[in-house]
Amino acid sequence: MNNPLLRGLTQSRYSRRDALRFAGYSAAGLALAACGVQGQKAAAPSPSAVADFWSTQKKNGRVVFANWPEYMPEDQAPLKQFQQATGISYEYKEVIQENAEFFGKSEPQLRAGQPLGYDIIVMTNGLQLGKMIQLGYLTALDHKQLPNFAANAGASYKNPAYDANNTYTIPYQAGVTGIAYNTKYVDEDITSIQSLFDKKYEGKVGMMADAQEVGNFGMFAVGVDPDKSTQADWEKAAAKLKEQRDQGIVRKYYAQDYIDAVAKGDVWLSQAWSGDVFQRQLAGEPVKFVVPQEGGTIWIDNMAIPKGAANPVDALMLMDFLYKPEIAAELTAYIQYVTPVNGVQQILAGKSDEDSKALAESSLIFPTEADYAKLRPYRTLTNAEEPVYNGLFQTITQG
Amino acid sequence: MRRWTPYWLALPAWLWLAIFLVVPIAAMASVSLTTGNLIDGFTQTFSVSNYSDAIAKYSTQLVRSLVYGGVATVIMLVLGYPVAYWIAFKAGHRKSMFLFLLLLPFFVSFVLRTISWGFLLADDGILLGTLKGWGVLPQDFHVLATTVAVIGGLVYNFLPFMILPIYVALERVDPRVIEASYDLYASRLSTFRRVVLPLSLPGVFAGVLMTFVPATADPINAQVLGGTSNTMIGNIVQTEYLVNNDYPTASAISFTLMAVLLIGIFIYARALGTENVLEAAAR
Repeated sequence: MNNPLLRGLTQSRYSRRDALRFAGYSAAGLALAACGVQGQKAAAPSPSAVADFWSTQKKNGRVVFANWPEYMPEDQAPLKQFQQATGISYEYKEVIQENAEFFGKSEPQLRAGQPLGYDIIVMTNGLQLGKMIQLGYLTALDHKQLPNFAANAGASYKNPAYDANNTYTIPYQAGVTGIAYNTKYVDEDITSIQSLFDKKYEGKVGMMADAQEVGNFGMFAVGVDPDKSTQADWEKAAAKLKEQRDQGIVRKYYAQDYIDAVAKGDVWLSQAWSGDVFQRQLAGEPVKFVVPQEGGTIWIDNMAIPKGAANPVDALMLMDFLYKPEIAAELTAYIQYVTPVNGVQQILAGKSDEDSKALAESSLIFPTEADYAKLRPYRTLTNAEEPVYNGLFQTITQG
Repeated sequence: MRRWTPYWLALPAWLWLAIFLVVPIAAMASVSLTTGNLIDGFTQTFSVSNYSDAIAKYSTQLVRSLVYGGVATVIMLVLGYPVAYWIAFKAGHRKSMFLFLLLLPFFVSFVLRTISWGFLLADDGILLGTLKGWGVLPQDFHVLATTVAVIGGLVYNFLPFMILPIYVALERVDPRVIEASYDLYASRLSTFRRVVLPLSLPGVFAGVLMTFVPATADPINAQVLGGTSNTMIGNIVQTEYLVNNDYPTASAISFTLMAVLLIGIFIYARALGTENVLEAAAR
């Protein structure tokens, strides 16, 4: 049997995502049964309240970790080592498929004050994580219990704009949004974002459906730094993207199935996440990844403890354990995204196998200072800006 | 006491419907008349502008969904009726096997079936790639990311729901009635037109109901097989609900769709001329 078909049939990605989606609908429907919905906007808790909370918590000997698919080595070695080192048993669940879906499903439960049943969740810095923080759905972390994070986290991963002082989150992995292309069909070296807008590739360009992702690339194309953008810039970017769409250059706005389309040749080049492309390269498929000279975006997937988690101390211990460089190196070797932990590059470079050495030399897994300068973070949108921003770009992706 | 037994037995089902159908619908109706956002909360303002705004903003996708659903339903009827007829009258003792074959795809999840279409119809996949290799199709020909792919996917996914009710109706047609028609010198065509077809109409009605409604509201086919201009109303509801967390707009669109579908079905029932068609379908 052909490989892509086998993968298509064995991947549970879609079915599970849709099951969650519909579970979300019905759960939300019931939670909204009362007239109107109370806002839950929560002020940040005082340091003493945080200290009080943590002083009453005890290690329970178990932890439940909710994560994305393909975000942990299949043998779960890092988690097993954690269990050996601490005696804490773990449950690992690949239940998060998309930030919006996960948030949509969890929100009614959290609003009702019910625990999610997870001690650690992983969410990308973006609208939904911002809402989790604003609504008080996350537990403020006790940094006294995160010594490895303090010692080993890379400077650019501490005190991020979306979560000052890492009050609620610490990074799990980071990644880059750039351009992936199929070298079987594209016979030039793609370097510029303008290739995505090139009439030459009419009907062969994939863009992402996510408003922030697609908006960012629109802004790069019109020479605007998304992080510093204004509404006027968004409108300019939207006009550029609309033109790209109306000229028939875009074939489709993808959720996360773009990489299959690139590998199959349905699209020749597409907006893409770095790690997806590396995994395909290792599988021997003719795909290449590039950060356009105009800029790419860097995003961070963060670990957090949801409100009402049963085992917060155990969760903190696991989060900190993943900041040991040798453990983080094992994660990087499998996941192939950007690690927030210092020292991983040296460990991989010191390994004897070729794959590890190749990873250690890749500037996309270990971006240099110059690379970081080219990478821009997502714009943090205020509650008033969000509908304006989404409205502008969703009319393009969902026309 | 015995008099009440049927009521007691029916009670769990009624409770089930009350809790899981009536309550959510009432909640949605209430939410569709609120204003606000997730962070500050939604307040009950009874503002109907949610409806007019949503319809103004998404009329394209709403109309498109109705057209796709309608076209898909007509295709399913044209494809499905002969199949149902053939199984009912010609399949003989193999009937149950064909019915099983009809249901076989349902052992695979809906979404995976749709994805496997994406695999089959890939631009350079096993079907189009081969035809292009033979020079039958031009190099830039593609099916995915087009309207044809979305409607095709809808037809494929919902076709059994059209065939089965028609089959059930045809199966119930008494062969002696057909014989009587021949005895009265009716031709095969007029026997079909004046005897078999009218007797199968309740099945057709049920089939159309069971395919048109879900096909119109379906988001999966547009998402997996569609392109830049194939967004259907189901996709919009998903985005408004889960991405934008704009619960009022999402609820308003859902209700609008429900209302449009109900009106459409009512008109269709009348147009079919059988005013008691629901009764007939329930027989």
